Amino acid sequence: MTAPKVISRNSTSSELESDYKWGFTIDIDADLAPKGLNEDIVRLISAKKEEPEWLLEWRLKAFSHWLKLKQEAPTWANVKYPPIDYQDIYYYAAPKTDAPKSLDEVDPEILAAFEKLGIPLQERERLAGVAVAGVAVDAVLDSVSVATTYKETLEKQGVIFCPISEAVREHPELVRKYLGSVVPYGDNFYATLNSAVFSDGSFVYIPKGVRCPMELMTYFRINQADSGQFERTLIIAEEGSYVSYLEGCTAPARKTHQLHAAVVELVALDDSEIKYSTLQNWFPGDKDGNGGVYNFVTKRGIAHKNAKISWTQVETGSAITWKYPSVILEGDNSVGEFYSVALVNNYQQADTGTKMIHKGKNTRSTIVAKGISAGHGSSTYRGLVKILPSADGAKNFTQCDSLLVGDQCGAHTVPYIEVKNPTAQIEHEASTSKVSDDQLFYCQQRGISVEDAHFMIINGFCRGIFQELPFEFAMEASQLLKVSLEGAVG
Amino acid sequence: MAAVAKGPTPLLAIKGLTASAGDLEILKGIDLEVFAGEVHAIMGPNGSGKSTLTNVLAGSPNYKVTGGQVLFEGQDLLKLEPEIRARMGLFLAFQYPLELPGVRAWQFLKAGVDARRLHNGEEEMGAREFDQMLKAKVEQVQIDPDLVKRAVNEGFSGGEKKRNEILQMAVLEPKLALLDETDSGLDIDALRIVADGINNLRSPQNAIVLVTHYQRILEYITPNHVHVLFDGRIVRSGGPELAHELEAKGYDWIKDAVNAGV
Repeated sequence: MTAPKVISRNSTSSELESDYKWGFTIDIDADLAPKGLNEDIVRLISAKKEEPEWLLEWRLKAFSHWLKLKQEAPTWANVKYPPIDYQDIYYYAAPKTDAPKSLDEVDPEILAAFEKLGIPLQERERLAGVAVAGVAVDAVLDSVSVATTYKETLEKQGVIFCPISEAVREHPELVRKYLGSVVPYGDNFYATLNSAVFSDGSFVYIPKGVRCPMELMTYFRINQADSGQFERTLIIAEEGSYVSYLEGCTAPARKTHQLHAAVVELVALDDSEIKYSTLQNWFPGDKDGNGGVYNFVTKRGIAHKNAKISWTQVETGSAITWKYPSVILEGDNSVGEFYSVALVNNYQQADTGTKMIHKGKNTRSTIVAKGISAGHGSSTYRGLVKILPSADGAKNFTQCDSLLVGDQCGAHTVPYIEVKNPTAQIEHEASTSKVSDDQLFYCQQRGISVEDAHFMIINGFCRGIFQELPFEFAMEASQLLKVSLEGAVG
Repeated sequence: MAAVAKGPTPLLAIKGLTASAGDLEILKGIDLEVFAGEVHAIMGPNGSGKSTLTNVLAGSPNYKVTGGQVLFEGQDLLKLEPEIRARMGLFLAFQYPLELPGVRAWQFLKAGVDARRLHNGEEEMGAREFDQMLKAKVEQVQIDPDLVKRAVNEGFSGGEKKRNEILQMAVLEPKLALLDETDSGLDIDALRIVADGINNLRSPQNAIVLVTHYQRILEYITPNHVHVLFDGRIVRSGGPELAHELEAKGYDWIKDAVNAGV
């Protein structure tokens, strides 16, 4: 990873050598707060959102805690980047229109932009005539949610799916009860920063015994230059409920780095299940490591009795990925899963993994992490399996596989295992392999080009993970891998 | 089908081919012509260059061609990328088929079929047509239908891997099939199935070059020509009777004859 060579305010994406297909910017008027972070900015964000006093106080507590951290971000991850100037970032950017009350009122520029990204904000059957439930989408542009589809359909079942800023106004009791309950504001440097300045994100509430009738999806898009995106997502699954949630992310190709520090909290109450899938395709930077999103994200869920939380992530974007979607296995018989594909190409760096904290009896966790390194990329799996004294009969299975493409890349595995209960069963498997010339020749001998052969072998390597994704997104994930690998093979 | 008369142009024409692996020269001047409709058996002791010959023809990166010429349907084969050779109808059944973890066998086959069709200016094969074709081929080569749903060669037994090569050959319907010791390591039942698969592919339009150490498979497949490869050169050529002679006399007979300059 090289330091950005030029930090130019006026740079355009055409100066960047990149195959990134989502790199366009949208020309819309933005409402920008001044650059920099101070108490006034925190107050301003809260005021813009017309937040209640308790939330402002929570933000201010987080901000004052963040000041105590003296801008010292954690350094233990296996990533390198120049220090971030937190005063050179816009903390609030919003399209300069009043909040749309319905889809008809959404700025056509924004609708067109999301359409271009393949995210339809019109409500329609995705597959005509086929009994497939639609996908409800919440679209978040820079700091605010611009549209949420299928709200009425969901409301009939009592499902709440809305921007978190709206949830603060409409369902303050739920937000107040659960916000920060899984990731407290003092949790870590980036989570603290997020707690002070979070702008928007999605809120999901599934009532007791309800199986959410469709996939819920949030699509995050950073548009504004030099802005940070600090979204906060909160999902609450009441007893015996089920929800499958997916998030996708892209950003314009810009020469400057953009900071993305999100927090996701999942609360799975007794006998419920939350399936959370991510396709992360933030701008990865160009071929020389210029630009790209710094993706510093805290994701954690708490699983109560008999509940299940499953994280599936396909991480192909970002200059740097730093994220560890985790599960606290609080209740007896609860289940945590983590399925991950992380691909780095060019000068991308990823330090990602999970934490499975076993507290309840007979809790089970499964970790399957696949790292693919190409170009000069560096990929690290970092994971913690912790069995507390109370967790009788806990079981974990971990599998970490790395695949190397070329000879300039790196792959690392850093598993931590802490067992404080002798009845625990822990299994750990790890492998590192390379796409071999003989494998490629075998494919070529059947008429398959070197590039397609690489893609086929890498897809095969990820197969177990893609199977965990909702069907349509599995196809998309596979395409994303192909695009992300361009230039690395062939 | 009526026998096709030998045309003026061989399907494969090898002239003075030399090749090395690292610093070691293995092929020291191979001359061979193969016409459509023919089956050639290439026999010889271990280390004589049999596998090298088939691998060089297929374009393996493990060998370097140092001289000579190879024409395939009149085209300069050695200039072409391995995948182009394959799309033109050249097939190599590997002695040690590779495992491709997670890549489903049917997907692998479909990619090969489609690559060839696109090369010939045709459209990709429809999913249904491919399914039916694959099912027929699976029956034809008597392979466990589950194998095509599994990952390519992953966890396959030695015999299953060899049979899978024959399945791939049947699906891809090559003009020229090079079989690199496909018979080795097979029990008698598997050998018969593999031989049946090869016989099924025989037609006046295509040709087969069968590399083998043993005469055994030639009890099931009658070649038109038998060649003996020794120390990187073809030292004897003849009809099927040559294989029997080898079987009776062993390879030492050839070695002694060559060394004596006969």
